[in-house]
Amino acid sequence: MNDKVDSAEAVASPLAALAPLTREEQIALLKKMYLIRMFEQKAEELYALGKVHGTMHLSIGQEATAVGAVAALQPDDYMFSTHRGHGHCLAKGADVSRMMAEFLGKVTGYCRGRGGSMHIADVSTGNLGANGIVAGGVPIAIGVGLSIQYLKQARVVLCFFGDGAVHEGAFHETLNLAALWRLPIIFFCENNQYAMSISTQRALAEPSIARHAASYAMPGCTVDGNDLVAVYQATRQAATRARGGDGPTLIEAITYRWRGHSKSDRQRYRSREEVEAWKAKDPIARYAAQLVAAGAMTEEGVRAVEAGARAAIEAAVAFAEASPEPPVDEILRGVYA
Amino acid sequence: MREITYLEAVREALRLAMQRDERVVLMGEDIGVYGGAFGVTDGLLSEFGADRVRDTPISELAIAGAGVGAALTGLRPVIEYMFMDFMTLGMEQLANQAAKIHFMLGDQVSVPLVVRAPAGAGTGAAAQHSQSLEAWFVHVPGLKVVMPSTPYDAKGLLLASIEDPNPVIFVEHKLLYREKGEVPEDYYTVPLGQAVVRRPGRDVTIIATSIMVPRALDAAARLAAEGIEAEVIDPRTLKPLDEATLVASVCKTGRVAIVHEAPKTGGVGAEIAARLAESEAFDYLDAPILRLGGLDAPIPYNRNLEYHSVPQPETIAERVRDLVKGRV
Repeated sequence: MNDKVDSAEAVASPLAALAPLTREEQIALLKKMYLIRMFEQKAEELYALGKVHGTMHLSIGQEATAVGAVAALQPDDYMFSTHRGHGHCLAKGADVSRMMAEFLGKVTGYCRGRGGSMHIADVSTGNLGANGIVAGGVPIAIGVGLSIQYLKQARVVLCFFGDGAVHEGAFHETLNLAALWRLPIIFFCENNQYAMSISTQRALAEPSIARHAASYAMPGCTVDGNDLVAVYQATRQAATRARGGDGPTLIEAITYRWRGHSKSDRQRYRSREEVEAWKAKDPIARYAAQLVAAGAMTEEGVRAVEAGARAAIEAAVAFAEASPEPPVDEILRGVYA
Repeated sequence: MREITYLEAVREALRLAMQRDERVVLMGEDIGVYGGAFGVTDGLLSEFGADRVRDTPISELAIAGAGVGAALTGLRPVIEYMFMDFMTLGMEQLANQAAKIHFMLGDQVSVPLVVRAPAGAGTGAAAQHSQSLEAWFVHVPGLKVVMPSTPYDAKGLLLASIEDPNPVIFVEHKLLYREKGEVPEDYYTVPLGQAVVRRPGRDVTIIATSIMVPRALDAAARLAAEGIEAEVIDPRTLKPLDEATLVASVCKTGRVAIVHEAPKTGGVGAEIAARLAESEAFDYLDAPILRLGGLDAPIPYNRNLEYHSVPQPETIAERVRDLVKGRV
C-alpha cells in the first residue's frame, strides 16, 4: 500500500469507493454519524445538568473515522475501542438506549452500570470494549487475532487507538507480534493530533505514525480521517488483506477532536483559530454534501436523518433516566465469573 | 503409586489439558524448541505443534495481551513467564485488563487465562530472578492466586486453574521443580480454595505457602523430637483463601505462625494474620500471631546472604519453639 491512499477515483466521483454498499447503507452511515454527534452533544448537556457521575471523552469532529472504518467490516468482525469510544460503539451497532443507560450508570446499560463511558462494550456485535488505559486494548487484539487464526474463522479485528497509544511500548510490542504471526488485525490510529495536551510533534520522534509500520514489516498508510470515503476505502483494503491471510495493516487517519481531552481540559495547548479551522472541515457536513451531490439524498432528506437521530437520542435519554440503579448487592457478584 | 517431580507434574497437567481440550494453547518465551527455561514444556512442541505451543518474542506485555484476547474469544490460553519477576513487565494487562474485564463489562465475557510463573530464591539468580510477588496479585480483585507445594497439587491445581473461567496466577517454585511425590497418571483436579492439613498437631499451627511447606514440615519434625506437635497447613490457593480451615486449626492449637518466602512487609502473611485476628480464632489465641517472611531486602547473590534472606527450617523451628514456650 502506498503512503497515501490513491484517491484519483474518489476525485472523479466521491462516493465511487462506497460502491460495495447499497444506497440505503450509504445513507445509514450518515445516520450513524449524526447519532454519534448527537449522543455526545447530549452527553455534554447531561453533564452540565449534573446528571453524569464521571467524566467523558468526546469524539465530536471525529465521526468519519469510527463510521467509515466500521462500515468496511462484516457484522461478526471484532472491534476494540478506546476511552474516546462512543462513536466506535454506535458505529459497530450498539443500541443507543443501552449506551445512554451505561453512561448514566444504570443497570440496563451494557456493563450494568459498572463500566460507564470508558468501558462500553457490546460483545454481541463483536465490540470487545472501550478501554480506560491508553493502548490497553492493543495487545489484547493479538489474542483475538490468534483465536481467529487458530479457529480458522474468516473474521478480522479492527483495533482503534489514538496517537497517544503510539507513545506506549504496548503499541510497539503488539505490532511486532501481530506482523510476526500474520494476524488478521487492522491497527487503526485515530490521530487527532493531541494526546491530552501533547502534540504528536512533541511526543513522537517520528510523528508520522504510518511510518512506524515499516519497522514492523507491515503496510502503513495515512488517510484524511475527516473523509469517510477515504477511511472506508483504506479500511476495506486492510480488511481484505487480513482476511486473505496477509496479516495486519496500520492505518493512520488524521482527524481532530473539537472538544477538550475531557471535562477538565482548559485547552491551553492549542489556539481557538486552530479549533475553528478544523470545525470548518466537519466530516458530517462533508459526507452529507457528497451524498446530496451524488443524488443519493436531498437536503430535506439530510435534515430528516438529523431529526431522526435527535429523536433516537431523546428516546435513549428517556429510557436511561427511567431505568433502575444497579443493586448494591451486585458488586461482589460480578468480580468472578 | 508412581512418583514424579513437581516439574513433571506441571508438564503432565499441561499435556492432559491439551489432549482433552483443543482450545488449550501455550504461549511464552522459549517454551517451544528450548522446552522452557526450566524445561517444563519440554516435548510439548513436538507433541502438539507450533500452533499450540507458541514461542514469543521477549514482549511480556504483548504475551499477556495475547493471553487475554485469546481467552476472551474462545481459547484457553496458558502463558508462561520465564521468571515471576518478569510479570512486572506485563502488569498492565494482568491487573488492568485480565482482572477487570468480566466485572467492568457487566458479565458479558470472562477471561479464562492461566499465567504460570516460577518464583522464589535459592538458585543464586539474585534480585531480579528470585522474587515471590504473589501478594501483588492477591491484592487485585478478579484474579485468583494459586501456589502449589507438592507434585500432586501442582498437577491437580493447574488442571483446575485451566478449567476455571477466571484469570489465575499460578505460582510455581523453582526449588520445588525437582521434588518428587506421588501423582496419579489420570486427569484430576484439586479445587481452588481448599487448604490442606499437611501434618496434624495440637500445640501450634504453622500456615506455610509453596516452598515453605516442606520447610515447615522439616521444622515440625524437629519440634516433634522435642515434644512439640505442630499442625502444618498449606492454603494451596491464596485467593480464594480457605479461611475456615485456618481458623479451625488456630481455634484448636491456640498458637499460629505464618511462613512465606516473600518479604514480610505487605506479604500474604499480613492478610492471613489479620483474617485470623478478625475471626473467632482471636478468642483462642494464647500468644501473639507470629509472621515469618523474607527480609525486607532484595534477594542477594551471595549463597550465604541469599540463604539468610528467607525462612529456613531451622529458623522456623526456632521461632515456633519460642512461640510455644511463650518467649515471643
